[in-house]
Amino acid sequence: MMRHLISAADLTRDDAVQILDTAEEMARVADRPIKKLPTLRGRTICNLFFEDSTRTRISFEAAEKRLSADVINFAAKGSSVSKGESLKDTAQTLEAMGVDAVVIRHGASGAPYRLATSGWIDAPVINAGDGTHQHPTQALLDAFTMRRRLVGRDAGLGQDLAGKRVTIVGDVLHSRVARSNVDLLHTLGAEVTLVAPPTLVPVGVEHWPCEVSYDLDSVLTKSDAVMMLRVQRERMNAAFFPTEREYSRRYGLDGDRMARMPEHAIVMHPGPMVRGMEITAEVADSDRCTVVEQVANGVSIRMAVLYLLLGGNESQSTRTEEK
Amino acid sequence: MSKILIRGAKVLGAEARDVLVDGEVIEAVGTDLSAEGAQVIEAEGRILLPGLVDLHTHLREPGREDSETVLTGTRAAASGGYTAVFAMANTFPVADTAGVVEQVYRLGKEAGYCDVQPIGAVTVGLEGRKLAELGAMHDSAAGVTVFSDDGKCVDDAVIMRRALEYVKAFGGVVAQHAQEPRLTEGAQMNEGVVSAELGLGGWPAVAEESIIARDVLLAEHVGSRVHICHLSTAGSVEIVRWAKSRGIDVTAEVTPHHLLLTDEMVRSYNPVYKVNPPLRTERDVMALREALADGTIDIVATDHAPHPHEDKDCEWAAAAMGMVGLETALSVVQHTMVETGLLDWAGVADRMSVAPARIGQARGHGRPVSAGEPANLTLVDPAYRGVVDPADFASRSRNTPYEGRELPGRVTHTFLRGRATLVDGKLA
Ligand SMILES: [Zn+2]
Repeated sequence: MMRHLISAADLTRDDAVQILDTAEEMARVADRPIKKLPTLRGRTICNLFFEDSTRTRISFEAAEKRLSADVINFAAKGSSVSKGESLKDTAQTLEAMGVDAVVIRHGASGAPYRLATSGWIDAPVINAGDGTHQHPTQALLDAFTMRRRLVGRDAGLGQDLAGKRVTIVGDVLHSRVARSNVDLLHTLGAEVTLVAPPTLVPVGVEHWPCEVSYDLDSVLTKSDAVMMLRVQRERMNAAFFPTEREYSRRYGLDGDRMARMPEHAIVMHPGPMVRGMEITAEVADSDRCTVVEQVANGVSIRMAVLYLLLGGNESQSTRTEEK
Repeated sequence: MSKILIRGAKVLGAEARDVLVDGEVIEAVGTDLSAEGAQVIEAEGRILLPGLVDLHTHLREPGREDSETVLTGTRAAASGGYTAVFAMANTFPVADTAGVVEQVYRLGKEAGYCDVQPIGAVTVGLEGRKLAELGAMHDSAAGVTVFSDDGKCVDDAVIMRRALEYVKAFGGVVAQHAQEPRLTEGAQMNEGVVSAELGLGGWPAVAEESIIARDVLLAEHVGSRVHICHLSTAGSVEIVRWAKSRGIDVTAEVTPHHLLLTDEMVRSYNPVYKVNPPLRTERDVMALREALADGTIDIVATDHAPHPHEDKDCEWAAAAMGMVGLETALSVVQHTMVETGLLDWAGVADRMSVAPARIGQARGHGRPVSAGEPANLTLVDPAYRGVVDPADFASRSRNTPYEGRELPGRVTHTFLRGRATLVDGKLA
C-alpha cells in the first residue's frame, strides 16, 4: 500500500481490490454487537475540514472510532483561500501535536497533495475531497457498492468490476466524484460513460479513460449502474443550462427512465440529492437506489483505508498482542 | 572615469574584438587595441551584447516593498545583464499619474543599477473605465511612452480604441495584457487535458487570442501601433503573424518561462508554476520559439513578478501568480533558442535589447556595439553551466520555477554607460 491516499488514479487494481476486500471484513464488524476493533488504539487521527461536509466528516469519524483511534476534529471555517487561514500553519500545528494521520477536506484542488508533498507534515494524508479534483474514498465506496450489488458480497471477494457498464450523469465539470470514479472504475475494468450537457463536461475529457454522451436515453438501456451527480441550482445562473426544468427533462432520472434500465441495474448518488433536479423522489426512494447503502459502505471503506494505511505499518508484535 | 578594455569578446557572437570604453561611451572597437591606461577584462570565449532591455518588469515599488523595491529589482536586472527595465504600473498606488511615474523614475536614478523607465497605466486605477492622464505622464520628467494596465486587460473595446488613438499624439504605445475577463473567471491554469484532470479552473487560449484579434483590428482601424504582452499560445502567434502580413503595426513579446515550461508542471500543484498567462502546452512552447526565431514575436520580456515566500508556500488556489525572471532570462533564452539553433547571438541581441529598446523608445539602449555609442554592454560566458539557486538572487523574492535546474550561460559583466554594475558575476 501507498503512504497517502490522494487520488483514485494512484491505486493499482490490486490495491483497490485489497481495499474492497478489507472493507468487507470491516463490514462484518458493523454486524457485531460491539462495533469496535482495537487496531488503532493509541493513534491520533485529525479530521481537518476546511470545507463543510458533515456527512463525510461523520463517516470518517465513525470509521476512526470503530478502529479505536483518538479523533480530533478541526473545522476551519470560511474561505480556504482567505489569508491567515494557512494550510501550512495548520499542518505544522498538527505535526507538533503528534498526529498520526490527517484526513483532509479542502475547497482548493491539490491541497491534500500539497499537504502530503511539501514537507509541512510527516503523517499520512487521506484526501476526503479536494475542490473539483478527487474524492478517492467516495469512488472506493461506490465501487464497493457496485461490487456487492452486481457481483455479490461473497462472490465479489478478490474480484474487480470487469465488464460492468457504469453511467455517470450530471455536472462532471465541477465533480471530484466523477473524476475519482472514472479513474477507479477504469482501473477495476468497468466501462464508464459520462452523460452531461456539453457545458458541464471539461475541455480535455477526451483524454479520460471513458466515453462521453450527451444523450441519457441512449445509454440507460446498456447500464449496469447509473450514478447521478448533484447539480447545483446556481450553475444555471452561469449559463451552464437554461432552466432547471430543461435540465431535469434532458438529464434527470425519473420513473420512466428508470424503467428502461436493465432489471438488475442500480441507481447511485453520492448525496446530498437535489430531488426534482437530477433525480425524482420516486427514483430516490426506490429499492434500486443505493444511496443509503452507500452511506453505510462509506464507513467500511474508510475503516479499510485507515487500517491499511496505518494499521499495516504497525510492528508485528503489536498485532500478535491484539490476537 | 577610467578606461576599460574588454579584450577578445565575440561581439554579438561574431569574431573576437577588443572593445575600448572611455567614460560613458565606446571609444573604439577593433583588434589589438592598446590597453594603455585602461583596466583590462580578458573576455576570450565570451559574448558581448548591447545591454539587455526588459519591456516588462514588476518592480513592486511603491506598495509591495516586501516583494521587491526599485533598488533590489534593478540590482536583479543588472545581475541578469539588463541596463534598462520598463516598470509596470500595477503598484500601490497605481502608476496612473505624473506623480507616481516620476517617483518611480527618481527611485531608479537613485538606485543607479539600470535605467528605470516607468510604464503608465492606461486607465485610472487599472479599472478599465476612465483613461488615466496619459499625456501628463508623457510630459512628466519620467517621459512615459509605454502604457499598460498589465495584470488586467483593457477589455472595454471603446476604451482600448480611444487609448490606441490618444497616445498617437505623442508617439506612445499601448501594451495589452490580453485576457478576456469573463472567459477567465476563476481561472487557475491553462484549460486543457491537465486542467481537466487536476480539477483546476481553466484559462482557455481563446481568452487571449480573442483579445489579440480584436486589438490588432482596432489598431489597424485607427492606424495605431499596439504591443501585445506575454503572448502565450500557438493561436496568438497565428493572429500576430496574420496581422503583420497585413501591415498592421503590432509588436509582441514572449516570456522566458513560456519558451520553456508547460502546464505539465502544474501536476505538482506547486504554486511556483502559477503564472498569468498560464503555462501552456508543448505545442504552444514550440510555436512560440519558432515565432521568436522568425520575428513574428519581436522580443523576450521577463514579466519579472516577485512575490514573498508566503504567497507561494500554500495551496495552489490561494497562491499569487507570477515568477521572477530577470536573473535567469538570458540563460533560458540561450537554452531554448541558441542551443536549439533557432537564434544566433545577434538574434538574441535583437530580441532582448535592440527591439525592446525600439518599441519602448529607450534612448541610448539597444544600440550597435560600435565607436561613439553609449557603453551599455553585457558580457556573457556561454560555456558556463550552473544549477539555479534562488539564494544567489539579488531580487528580494525567490519565486523562480528553475530552482535546482541546470541552465547554461552566465552574465559576468554589465556596464551602464561605461560604469560596471556587475563585475565577475558580482554586483558592483
Ligand atoms: Zn500581464
